[in-house]
Amino acid sequence: MSGSTFEALAAIGQTIIRNRQFLTDLDAAIGDGDHGINMARGFEAVAVKLQSLGADKDIGTVMKTVGMTLVSSVGGASGPLYGTAFLRAASPSLGKYELDKETAALMLAAAITGIKERGKAIRGEKTMLDALEPAYDAFIEGSVAEKSLIECLELACEAAKQGVEFTKTIIATKGRASYLGERSIGHQDPGATSSYIMLQTLLEFARARE
Amino acid sequence: MVGIVIVSHSQKVAEGIRDMALQMARPGQLIIAAGGMDDGSIGTDVVKVSEAITAAHTGDGVVVMVDLGSAVMSTDTALELLDEEIREKVKIADAPILEGAISAVVEASLGSALEFVLATAEGARNFKKC
Repeated sequence: MSGSTFEALAAIGQTIIRNRQFLTDLDAAIGDGDHGINMARGFEAVAVKLQSLGADKDIGTVMKTVGMTLVSSVGGASGPLYGTAFLRAASPSLGKYELDKETAALMLAAAITGIKERGKAIRGEKTMLDALEPAYDAFIEGSVAEKSLIECLELACEAAKQGVEFTKTIIATKGRASYLGERSIGHQDPGATSSYIMLQTLLEFARARE
Repeated sequence: MVGIVIVSHSQKVAEGIRDMALQMARPGQLIIAAGGMDDGSIGTDVVKVSEAITAAHTGDGVVVMVDLGSAVMSTDTALELLDEEIREKVKIADAPILEGAISAVVEASLGSALEFVLATAEGARNFKKC
C-alpha cells in the first residue's frame, strides 16, 4: 500500500469519532457506557499529536505516537489495551514507510499478543480478541495464498465482522460486562466492534489509495 | 523507605486515601496519589501513574495500590514505560485499596523491605469489620 500512515491513522481516528455514540450505546448495554466517549477522546488527542509529529514519519514512529497518546488520554480499559496494541505494533514497523503484507502481519500479531498480555484474556471471552484473532488468521491465510495486501485486508475484515457477530452469542467473562453473566448474551462486544471498525477503515483507506 | 502509590479511577478517591494514610505516616514519607484523568474526569492515566511511581521511588521500591479493573492494566502499562531497574522494584498489591494502603504505609514507615510492605498490604484482605 502506498500512501501515508499518517493519513490512514487520521482516517481511523475520524471513523472512531463518528462512531462515538454507537460504541457508547453498545457499551451502555453491557458495560459502563464510556467506550465511544473514551475512544473518541483518545483519537481527538491523537489527531492533535499527529499534526505536531508531521506527515513524513515512518510507520513505527506513528504507531508509537498513537499508542503513547492513547495510554495517556483514555481512562478506561481501552486506553491501556489499544495503547499497548499500537505500541507493540510499532516494533516491527520502525523505519518502514510502506506497509507490506509481512509487516502488516507482524504488526497485527504483536498487537494481539500485547492485548492478550495486558488484558490477561483469550479468544472467546467477548472481547476485542474475538474480532482481531480471526482477522489475523484470515490475513495469514490470504497471505499464504499469495493474495494482495488489500485482498488480505478484505479477508481480515470479513473475519472480524463475523467475530463481532459471534460475540453476541457468548457470555462476557472479562471487564465490567462480566458482572452481567448470561444477560450479556445477545449484545455485541463494544471492543470487538471498535477493532472491526478500525480494520474496515484501514481497508477502505487502502482501496481508495490503490 | 518503600514508597506507596495510590491508583484510583477517581482523583478524589486517590487523594482521600492518601490523606487518610498520611495520618499514619512518618514525616516526609512518600505516598503519591495518581487518580483520575488530567481534566479531573474518571479514569486511570498511564502517564500519571508512571510519574507517581518515579516520584515515590527512592531506591527501596514502590508498592502500588489499585482500585478496579483497568487500574491494574494502566499500572502494568505504566511499568512498561519505566526503566528496568525501577520496574523490578515495583509491586502491585492484590488488596483492598484503602485498607491495603493504610497497612502498607504503616509497614513502610517501620523501614521494612519491599516484600514485607507488599505482604502486609495484601494481608489487609483478611480484615474483619464486624
